[in-house]
Amino acid sequence: MTESTLLSIEDVIVDLPTPRGNLRAVDRVDLTVGAGRTLGVVGESGCGKTMLSRAILQLLPKKAKLSGRVMFDGQSLLQLSPEKLRKLRGRSLAVVFQDPMTSLNPVLTIGTQLIETLQEHLELDMRAATKRSVELLAAVGIPAPEQRLTQYPHQLSGGMRQRVAIAIALSCEPKLLIADEPTTALDVTIQAQILDLLAREQRRRHMAMILITHDLGVVAGRTDEVAVMYAGRVVERAPTPALFKKMRMPYTEALLAALPKIDAAPHTPLPAISGRPPDPTRPLKGCSFSPRCRYAWAQCHVEKPRLEESDSPGHQFACFRPIDTSAGAGA
Amino acid sequence: MMQQALPAVSNDPLLDVDNLVVEYPVGNKIVHAVSGVSLQIARGETLGLVGESGCGKSTLGRAVLQLRRPVSGRVLFDGQDLTAMQGDTLRLMRQRVQLIFQDPIASLNPRRRIGDIIAEPLIISGVKDAAKRQKLVDEALSAVGLDPALVVGRLPHEFSGGQCQRICIARALVLNPEFIVCDEPVSALDVSIRAQILNLLEEMKARYGLTLLFIAHDLAVVKAVSDRVAVMYLGRLCEVGPSEQLFAKPAHPYTALLIEAIPVPDPDVRPAETVPVGEPPSPISPPSGCRFRTRCPRADQRCSDEVPELRAVASGQFVACHHPLI
Ligand SMILES: Nc1ncnc2c1ncn2[C@@H]1O[C@H](COP(=O)(O)OP(=O)(O)OP(=O)(O)O)[C@@H](O)[C@H]1O
Ligand SMILES: Nc1ncnc2c1ncn2[C@@H]1O[C@H](COP(=O)(O)OP(=O)(O)OP(=O)(O)O)[C@@H](O)[C@H]1O
Ligand code: SF4
Ligand code: SF4
Ligand SMILES: [Mg+2]
Ligand SMILES: [Mg+2]
Repeated sequence: MTESTLLSIEDVIVDLPTPRGNLRAVDRVDLTVGAGRTLGVVGESGCGKTMLSRAILQLLPKKAKLSGRVMFDGQSLLQLSPEKLRKLRGRSLAVVFQDPMTSLNPVLTIGTQLIETLQEHLELDMRAATKRSVELLAAVGIPAPEQRLTQYPHQLSGGMRQRVAIAIALSCEPKLLIADEPTTALDVTIQAQILDLLAREQRRRHMAMILITHDLGVVAGRTDEVAVMYAGRVVERAPTPALFKKMRMPYTEALLAALPKIDAAPHTPLPAISGRPPDPTRPLKGCSFSPRCRYAWAQCHVEKPRLEESDSPGHQFACFRPIDTSAGAGA
Repeated sequence: MMQQALPAVSNDPLLDVDNLVVEYPVGNKIVHAVSGVSLQIARGETLGLVGESGCGKSTLGRAVLQLRRPVSGRVLFDGQDLTAMQGDTLRLMRQRVQLIFQDPIASLNPRRRIGDIIAEPLIISGVKDAAKRQKLVDEALSAVGLDPALVVGRLPHEFSGGQCQRICIARALVLNPEFIVCDEPVSALDVSIRAQILNLLEEMKARYGLTLLFIAHDLAVVKAVSDRVAVMYLGRLCEVGPSEQLFAKPAHPYTALLIEAIPVPDPDVRPAETVPVGEPPSPISPPSGCRFRTRCPRADQRCSDEVPELRAVASGQFVACHHPLI
C-alpha cells in the first residue's frame, strides 16, 4: 500500500450476552483502511456488519464485551477516555446509519443540529456556522437550503433526511466516514444519487470511507477493496477488481450467483443458496458456511479455516477448498 | 381527462383493469394514489409492477382485489366486474384471488399455530371436514418445501423471515386460487433467501397454472419473474411492455432512469454519475400534464400542458410520453 494506514483493527471480538447464551457478533476480525481509500463490507443480515462498525466507533451496547485492537490515526481507541472519544467521533471519525433518524434528533431543527455540531467541534461563531450550514446543505443537494434550516427531520422525505445526516457527518471534515447501509432504505434512483454524493465528497475531501452494504452491486463500482463477512468473520478480502475477477471463497461466489441479473432472460432459475446462516449463539466447530456449501468435505465440518493470503497480492480468503485450485472445488 | 389508453394483450385476459382511480382523503386534502390506470393480465402470465416508494403499487394491488374500493373504474376478473360485487358474491370471488405481503412475519398472527393459520381460509370458505382440511394444509406446506409434521404445531416467531414467507405462500395456495397479487414478497429478505423464494414462486406458478401481479421496486427482481413489466410513477403508468424489450429499449425517460440507477455487480461497469434528478413530488398535488415532468430531462411546455396517454411505440410496448426515447 502506497498510502498511509488510517485505521487498523486487529483480532476484534464482540461478544453479546443473550438469554440464549453468548452471541459472538464479531469473531476475530482484522482490517485496515488507508487514508482516502474506500473499503466495502458486504454480508447478509445478522453477519455482524453493524457490530463491527460500532466496535470501531466504540458505540457498542452497554453489555457488549469487546477485545482486540483498534488503531485510528495513530491512537488506540480502546485506551481513550470517553471525553476524548466523543471529540474524535464528532470530528475526524464520522458515521451515517441506515436509518437517518438514528443520527438526527427529532425535536431539533436541521439548522440547530448542524450549527451546534459546527460550533462545538470547529469553534465557529453563530454567523460563520450558519453560513457553513447552508453551504453544506447545498453541497449534499438539498434545494432551498436556507429554508431547510428551520425545518424538523419529520418534515423531510427519507432521502432528504439521509442527505442531512450526511451533511452533519461531513461538517467537520472527518478523516474516516463509516456509512452503514446508507441507502438500503431508499429507492433506487435516490440510492444512486446518495452514493454519487458520498463518492464526490470523498474525493474532494480525500476522506476514507467504510461502505457497509448487503448488495454486492453497490460495492462493485464504488470501492477500492472489499471484505465479505459471514457469521461474524471476514471470509474473503481483496482489492475490488481482483475479487470480482476471481472469487475464491464459495460463499462469495454463491452470494453473487444468487443475485437476479438485469441482463438475464426472464424466468431463468436463480442458483439459490439453500438453508440459512447458523444461529450465532450456537457456533459451529468447522467452517460456518459448511452446512450450506456445495463444496464442503469432511475437514470443513470439524476445523475452522483461517483467513490466509493467496498468491494474488492483497487477496485473502478462509477456505479449505477454494474455487479454482487443484486442491479445491470447481477444479 | 385522466383516461389512459387501454393496451390490449389478449382477447381473453383473466384480469382487465379499466381506468382505475383510487384516492385517500387526509384531512381536507386528497392523496391521488392511483389516477386512471388501465392494464390487462393474460391467463398464466406474470405482470411485474415497478416504481418508487409511494407511487401507488400497493394501492393498485389492493384495489384490484377490492380490499380498497376504487373511486371509479372497473376491475374485470374472468369477465365479471369485481367493483360491482358485494357481500357473499364478492367473498366467493375472493377465493379465486389471493394476496402475499412484503412483511411475512407481520402478516402472520403471532398467537396462532401454523396449521391453524393455513387452515383458516378453508374454514372461511366452508370446508367443514377436518380431515380434508388437514390434507389440504399438508399439501400446501409440502408444496412450499416445508415438512407439515415439523411445522403445523409451531408459532410464527419460531421461523425465519424466509420460512414465514413460505408459510404465507402456502396460505395463499391452499384455496387453489387462479390469481395472486404478490406485493413485494422478497423485499424484506436477504439475497440468499430471496433467490429461494423467487424460485419457489416460479415453481408454484408453473405447477398450479397461476396468473400473477408481481409488485416490487427492484427491477432485476421483477425482470427475473415477469413476462411483461408495467412501470408506475406517481399514480400513473409510464410504460408497459414485454420484459426483455422494455429493459433493452426503454421508451419512457423514467424507465431509462430506473434502469440506469441499478447497481451492477461488476467493477468494470463504473456507475454513471447520475443526473441529480431530485425526488418525486407529493401525490396530494401532482404536477399538471405529465407527472414526471419535474424530474424529466426532456420536459418542455407541452409536458406541463397535456397529460400524455399510453400509446404503442413498438410491438406490445406502450408509453405515456410526448417525447419518448424510441
Ligand atoms: N443489542 C443486541 N443485543 C444482542 N444481540 C444483538 C444486538 N444487536 C445485534 N445483535 C446480534 O448480533 C449479530 C450481528 O448483528 P449486526 O446488527 O451487526 O448485523 P448486520 O450485519 O449489521 O445485519 P443487518 O444487515 O441486518 O443490519 C446478530 O446476530 C444480531 O442478532
Ligand atoms: N391508508 C392511507 N391513507 C392515506 N394515504 C395513503 C394510505 N395508504 C397509502 N397512502 C398514500 O398513497 C400513496 C401510494 O401509496 P402505496 O402504499 O400504494 O405506494 P407503494 O407504491 O406501494 O409504495 P411502497 O413501495 O413504499 O410500498 C402514497 O403517497 C401513500 O402515502
Ligand atoms: S471451508 Fe469448506 S465448507 Fe467452508 S467454504 Fe470452503 S469448501 Fe465450503
Ligand atoms: S411527457 Fe414530457 S415530461 Fe413526461 S416523460 Fe415525456 S418528455 Fe418527460
Ligand atoms: Mg446492520
Ligand atoms: Mg407498497
